[in-house]
This record gives sequence, structure tokens and C-alpha cells, in this order.
Amino acid sequence: MIDDFILRAWLAGIGVAMIAGPLGCFVVWRRMAYFGDTMAHSALLGVALGLLAGVDPALGIIVTALAVALSLLAFRRARRIADDTLLGILSHAALSLGLVAISLLSWVRLDLMGYLFGDILAVTPADLIWIYAGGAGVLAALVWIWRPLLALTIDEDLARAEGVPLLRTQIVFMLLIAATIAIAMKIVGILLITSLLIIPAAAARRLARSPEQMAFAAAVAGAIACTLGLWGSLSFDTPSGPSVVLAAVVLFIASLLPPARYSG
Amino acid sequence: MADGASAAGATAPLISATRLGVRRAGRWLIHDIDLNVSAGEIVTIIGPNGGGKSTLVKALLGVVAHDAGTIHRAPDLKVGYVPQRLEINRVLPLSVGRLMTATQRAPRAAVMDALAETGVDALIDQPVQVLSGGEFQRVMLARALLRAPDLLVLDEPVQGVDYAGEAALYELIGYIRTRRDIGVLMVSHDLHVVMRATDRVICLNAHVCCTGAPQTVTRDAEYQRLFGSKAATAYAVYEHHHDHDHDVHGNVVAPGHDHDHHHHDHHHREHPHHDSDGAG
Repeated sequence: MIDDFILRAWLAGIGVAMIAGPLGCFVVWRRMAYFGDTMAHSALLGVALGLLAGVDPALGIIVTALAVALSLLAFRRARRIADDTLLGILSHAALSLGLVAISLLSWVRLDLMGYLFGDILAVTPADLIWIYAGGAGVLAALVWIWRPLLALTIDEDLARAEGVPLLRTQIVFMLLIAATIAIAMKIVGILLITSLLIIPAAAARRLARSPEQMAFAAAVAGAIACTLGLWGSLSFDTPSGPSVVLAAVVLFIASLLPPARYSG
Repeated sequence: MADGASAAGATAPLISATRLGVRRAGRWLIHDIDLNVSAGEIVTIIGPNGGGKSTLVKALLGVVAHDAGTIHRAPDLKVGYVPQRLEINRVLPLSVGRLMTATQRAPRAAVMDALAETGVDALIDQPVQVLSGGEFQRVMLARALLRAPDLLVLDEPVQGVDYAGEAALYELIGYIRTRRDIGVLMVSHDLHVVMRATDRVICLNAHVCCTGAPQTVTRDAEYQRLFGSKAATAYAVYEHHHDHDHDVHGNVVAPGHDHDHHHHDHHHREHPHHDSDGAG
């Protein structure tokens, strides 16, 4: 007999994996793992700002993560400091600012550990609706920008020369990552969200011969990781978020084991 | 091959730039560029590294904004572009066929035809990461042709291509120009092979140093100052380049000459793993 909260946790995990897998492929292809991490680290600040403004924390997260992403793009264009230095500064500044802001909101009781590492077993039916409705929106938008996004992932100059709407595509992509962070935070927490984006995608690489195959395989790998991680968490009484991430790492290592069929 | 230039004057150019300039960080990367390319002619931009060749091409394509001058394009001009140094992330599974249709939809038969035109149709289902330099450039050329362009813009089209492949690739570009009667704008830092495949040369070092038919340009004083007196013989060298052989490093070797690899004992002591280098 499966308890309701376990079923909800499992459904939530599957839902998040379906979005994080395909989107994570682009994060991997565009070498944006650290970029995604920086956006995720701003989520806590987003929660605090959302509470201050009296709006849903999810909205606060999306707006804050998007603002961080856009300022990163602007900084990068200006080429004032090295990319990794800039990301390191913004990433930790956002996280620290979020922790300080939350501590100042003395009148609200927040489960900080839940925000940082996720609390998949506390998923409510309302959360599930949010995950699936939001997830469907994210996937629909990803399908919409798939072609231009892939084109500028291959080469930005070429895409620009051939009339691909560069700025619009980039901004929509940032918005989708921001939304995914807001959706996935409950499952693995803001410190581990990037892993849900990149590890299933990396595990899917060896199985795929086209970008679309890799996106699909990443979604499946993410779903398997959620299932295994949740099972492990319940069986061994380990924290759920990290258990899901470790299950994904096991899948990634397993994907390296069979001999390469394609050297690509 | 230079006769394409005579017809060029009769029709309006496909693309033309007047006093074009691009300024970045307070410095003019290129300035006062006058340039035009007409249907059926091959124009090659040569010049030293950092001379602004790629910047000029990108400004013409609208990839970088220009800060001075004007660019005129023929109405509904379709451009096929092969950028310099396109490196596809190994983590991205991409077949040749999929790369071909990245920004434009096309039926497989059309993709096949374009690849056949550059002689690489057999590679359609290969992952792009396993292609050799020459194969990759031919795929990129086919990709540009798939757009049915009026103007081909090729930034260093023979880069990463072995010496034998270079001449073949230039020959192919000349053939495509004739068959499709399209304009070709090429960038090259290589002087020797490119000369014969070109109708008009533009010698660029931030500004246009000299321009004209290859034979004329190589006699130009500005050109000789830029590339050294040896370059004056570039056109002649091409005509006779089979007189000598090339080893794998591109060095000219006389027949029967023994390769001697310089072994430095102290070097070996410091880096024992270099032992195998001399043999390879």
C-alpha cells in the first residue's frame, strides 16, 4: 500500500524530471551549468522579495532569477571581468543576500532546509497542480523556441546572420530556466537544482543520436533518478533531494560503462 | 577565371559598402571600406591577422553593427554564410543532416542534393564531430547552398583543410560560382592558392590597402609591404607549386631529402614522455 504523500512525491518528481531533462540538455550544450547555478542561488532572495511584496514566492523567484540572468548577459556583453569570476561573485552574492533577507523577515517562519535541499515528501496536491500546469507551459514554450534555440546553440554568429531572433530566444530560454527553478525548488532545493538539469542530460548523451532523442532520454533518465532516489530515501531514511541527485549520478556513471558506439 | 569581373560592371552589385567603419573600445577595427560584390564574381579579402577581415564580413552580414558608412544590399538578397571556426560542442548529438536544417526546413532530398554538390552526400547521417576538417567545410558550404543564396560569404573556407584539399575546395567554389552564377565573397590569409581562384582581391589592414585583379595586386607596393617581397611571387608560385613536395608539416622538402628531427638531450631528461615525438 502506497501512502498518498509518497505517491504525490513521486508524481512531483516525475513532473519536474520531464521539464528539467529537455531544458537541461540546452544548459549542457550551451555550457551554462554555472550560469544555471547562479540563477538557482538567487531563488532564496526571490522567496524573500516575494514575501515582502506580498506575492507568491514562485513569482518572486522567477522575477529575481530572470533579473540575475539578464544582468549577467549585460555584464557579459560589456566584457568587464572574466565570466567565471563574474558568475562566482553573483552566485554567492545572491545566495548570501537571500539568506540575510530571509533572516530579517522575523515575522515569517520558513523551513530554510526545505528551501536549500528540497522537501519532496511535503508536496501538496496544490503543488502538484502547479508543477504539472507550469511544467506543461514550460515544455510548450520550449517546443516553440526549440529550433531557433538549437540554431544559436550551434553557432550564434551563423544564427544571427541567418535571421534567427537572437535576443527574444535567449530571453525566453532564461525565463524557462527561471520557471523551472521555481517549480523544481520544492523537490531538490535551490542548492541542487542545477544537478537535476545537467546530470540526466549528461547521462542521456551516450544514448542519443539527435538533439531531440537526447532531450527525451534526459527526461526519462530524470524520471528514473527520481523514482530510485525516492525509493532510496524511504528505504534508508536519507534526505530525499540529495538521494534523487545521487541516483542521477549513478545513472550517469552507468551510462559511461558500455563501450562507445559512436565516437561523437 | 578573371573574366567574371568584366561582366560584373554591367549589373548592380549584390552588396556594396561605402566608407564602412566599425569602431570598438575607441579603436577603428576597420574604416573607410569601399567594397562591392556582383553576381558571378569571386572577391577575396586578404590581409594580416587582426587586420579586420572577419569584422568586415560580419559587418556586411549585419552580425556586428557598423559605426560609419552605409551598406546596400540588393532587394531580397539571400546570403549563404560559412563562419570562421565553428566548433560544435561534443555533448550535442548532431548529424550532418540535422546541422543542414538547423535554421531552415528542407526535405531530405534537397539536403542530399546540396551535399552532393559539394561531394559529401554520403555523410548525411554521420555525427558532425567525426568529420575531418575538409569534410566539415564542405558540409558548411553545402549548408550555405541549401539556402539557394545569391551571395556566398566564406570566412576562411579552407581552414583545417589539408594542402591537397585546399586547391580542390577553391576549385569547387569556382565551379559553384559558375554553375549558379552567384557572387562569392571570401576571406583568406593564405596568399598562394587563393589567388588563382579569385577575380578580385581586396587587401585589408584596417583599411583597403590595395584592390584589383590578383596579378595587379601582387605587384602593388602596399601589398608587398604588408606581406613581404616573397609575396610578390605568390601568383607565380601557384602556377608552379607542383615543382616541390610538402611533408606533413607543410614544409617544403626537396626529393630524397632526409627528415632530421632535432633531439635535445636535456629536453628528453626533463620530459621523458617526449621520446616518441621524434618518431611520429
